[in-house]
Amino acid sequence: MSEQLTARADLELAGEPVIPASRPGLRWAMLAVGLLVALALPWFIYPPVAMDIAAWALFAISVDLLLGYTGLLSFGHAAFWGTSAYVTGLIAINAGVPFPLAVLGGALAAMALAVPIGYLSVRRTGIYFAMVTLAFAQMVYFIANQWRSLTGGENGLQGIPKSFFGIEAIETDSFYFYYAALPVILLGVLVAWRAVNSPFGQVLVAIRDNPARARALGYDVERYKIMVFVLSAGLAGLAGGVFSISHGFASLQELAWTTSGKVVLITVLGGIGTLWGGPIGAGLVVVLEDRLASSGFNGVGIITGAIFIVIVLAFRHGIWGTARNGVAAWMRRRRSGAGGS
Amino acid sequence: MSSDTNDARQPSPVVLQTRGLSKEFRGFRAVSDVDLTVAAGTVHALVGPNGAGKTTLFNLLTGFLEPSSGQILFQGRDITGMQPEQIAHLGVARSFQITSLFDQMSLLEHLELALASPTGLGYRFWQSSKRLGRFRERAMELLEQVGLADRAGQDAGSLAYGQKRALELALALALDPTVLLLDEPTAGMGLEDVDRTIALVKKVSSGRTVVFVDHNMHVVGSLADTVTVLQSGQVLAEGTYEQVRADQRVITAYLGQAG
Ligand SMILES: Nc1ncnc2c1ncn2[C@@H]1O[C@H](COP(=O)(O)OP(=O)(O)O)[C@@H](O)[C@H]1O
Ligand SMILES: [Mg+2]
Repeated sequence: MSEQLTARADLELAGEPVIPASRPGLRWAMLAVGLLVALALPWFIYPPVAMDIAAWALFAISVDLLLGYTGLLSFGHAAFWGTSAYVTGLIAINAGVPFPLAVLGGALAAMALAVPIGYLSVRRTGIYFAMVTLAFAQMVYFIANQWRSLTGGENGLQGIPKSFFGIEAIETDSFYFYYAALPVILLGVLVAWRAVNSPFGQVLVAIRDNPARARALGYDVERYKIMVFVLSAGLAGLAGGVFSISHGFASLQELAWTTSGKVVLITVLGGIGTLWGGPIGAGLVVVLEDRLASSGFNGVGIITGAIFIVIVLAFRHGIWGTARNGVAAWMRRRRSGAGGS
Repeated sequence: MSSDTNDARQPSPVVLQTRGLSKEFRGFRAVSDVDLTVAAGTVHALVGPNGAGKTTLFNLLTGFLEPSSGQILFQGRDITGMQPEQIAHLGVARSFQITSLFDQMSLLEHLELALASPTGLGYRFWQSSKRLGRFRERAMELLEQVGLADRAGQDAGSLAYGQKRALELALALALDPTVLLLDEPTAGMGLEDVDRTIALVKKVSSGRTVVFVDHNMHVVGSLADTVTVLQSGQVLAEGTYEQVRADQRVITAYLGQAG
């Protein structure tokens, strides 16, 4: 069901005009608020859940880089999140390096995996791209399930340490761990922000809106798509690595198609093509799932799925996009009312 | 080449050539065994009724379609089967018959992107997009040329139809191509814009080759050194505008339609 919906989202939402928030002052203010929220989060939310929000936020941003900025709906991003979760865990267990290094190793592994998958997928567009990426992700899942000696099969990879220069507070207390891991997430967000506001980002938007014209201008569309796919996989890998360190284990769930579906849901829910949508969607979905799970309710997927349907139908630009358009329209009205020009 | 309307004074070298070029769509031959020779430095018009295969021929020349058979040579080099972006880099730029722009980008951003294309700046995901600003001056010149300078900051989606045609032309020019292919550059334009476009094509055609499709005979007559008439995917006649206009087959096939 969510497959159909996301396909619809791909067709209808990608490239929808969103009124840009062009005021630089406003942008910096929003950035400051976002950073403040990220820093304050574990004071208000159980720290491991706060860490989950941060990881899913970056994961959603990685999907948005493809869906919102390039017009590609990947339905197999669990392959990169999950591969990094395992590789990060294996490095942390076997090499005993500080966890950010292990996460970096996991992200590099995800990128290496993304090269052949990207190469073989980017010729397809729309729902066919989604299906090819899903198929590759299922292959990765299958391999991880078979390769028990490495991954632990259905038991997952247990006992992943949070090594961090022997600083006990960070290694044992999830509250302090959050602050040690947040910079890794923020590094990923920074990379995404830089990329979408770079010449490369301009080309991506051009490819999203009119690939034939981009080619006529001399842009090698496939090569750009492979590049952004690998970049996106790296960000998904950073997020997945932090996630597995935070939980202390990596399971097959990290590679499952439901994980790919969940991150697309979060991205579309928050609003695509903005980078803010991911964090908003992640906050909403992770907190909601946590509340529902702790209340002993079993149909979490049904609730989040229903909310997803409502939001996609009611607010075509997602939560962030709708809010932004609303504010922009309100400011325009006020200006034309006051200025009288 | 051995067409009966062969032009005796043809000293300039050939820049673009097709040999037996054909394109079939599920058995239907949209372009059929076309031998086209475009002399360097000339303005070459491609005319013919709707569905004659003009746009398909452009798509073949620029790599957007792969020929079913035949060969395409650019400056003597076989470019058959090359990708559109490779052909663009070699120096063959095109505009589209159906206006093809980035609706959410400003006019300035369009041209900066076109001008950045050969430099490889587009791959730099680690640099600020402000770097594209170094093309601003040239971008403004190009917008000036096509009469759009006062709209530089506007989104392309907000332009009127004729203005979009002008932006198409500016984008193709931004690549500073050896061969410029224009698919109906004046379609939907008002008289004034048509005359400006004629003057502009005349101006930019010095030092390069222009191949264009147009239904407006005033445009064809004012610009073309050579006219090739296509019908049902085949070359029906070729020569100067006057020669072609006097050709009985052309009159019955095409010009006759207009009365
Ligand atoms: N992609 C395509 N698939 C099938 N038929 C096509 C395609 N493109 C063009 N045609 C057909 O080829 C013929 C020539 O079209 P076209 O080159 O657009 O003509 P012109 O530009 O001269 O008006 C038309 O009959 C058209 O329907
Ligand atoms: Mg046509």
